[in-house]
Amino acid sequence: MKTSHLGLMILFALYVSVVFGTLMRDDSKEQLRFGAQLFGAFVLGGIVLGWILYFFPL
Amino acid sequence: MRATTVDREQSATYTYLICLAAWAVPGAGHLLLGRVQKGLTFLIALTLMFATGLWLEGRLFPIEITQPLVALAALADMGIGLPFFIARQVGSGAGRVIALTYEYGNAFLIVAGLMNMLVVLDAFDVAQGRK
Repeated sequence: MKTSHLGLMILFALYVSVVFGTLMRDDSKEQLRFGAQLFGAFVLGGIVLGWILYFFPL
Repeated sequence: MRATTVDREQSATYTYLICLAAWAVPGAGHLLLGRVQKGLTFLIALTLMFATGLWLEGRLFPIEITQPLVALAALADMGIGLPFFIARQVGSGAGRVIALTYEYGNAFLIVAGLMNMLVVLDAFDVAQGRK
């Protein structure tokens, strides 16, 4: 787990999403929803970016 | 009733004290302002993120003026407040360059500090009555 790139990316996304979700919304449910959206966007974006970069040469 | 000069000065002092507390202990500013849920969330999340960065063998950078990027990273690290100084005091955060997770650790440490700076700004807005 410590050396899993995907795992660490997910953990990073989780921390950032929790903080930004809490910062930018006041209602608990809204914080949860916004944080979940952010988390999904971060993880999906990271995976998509990884695949795009995969096809580029070194 | 119009605010007097003394009222405005006390309000400013109060605001700055809140910001200082918010910087020193992640989430403390919001806790002092009565925003318990937010304060606890920041306290737990930011402290955990900082601890994760140390666990991943990231480095707490020193302020080296001759190396501007290192100095900037140090300023970002210090954004987390007292945990930075406590970690340095106990010998943590030396970093291990050859560790596979070194750069990840650095990212966690730096971003934890930067996000605490955003939390301080939010605490400022709340203390000023803007939120």
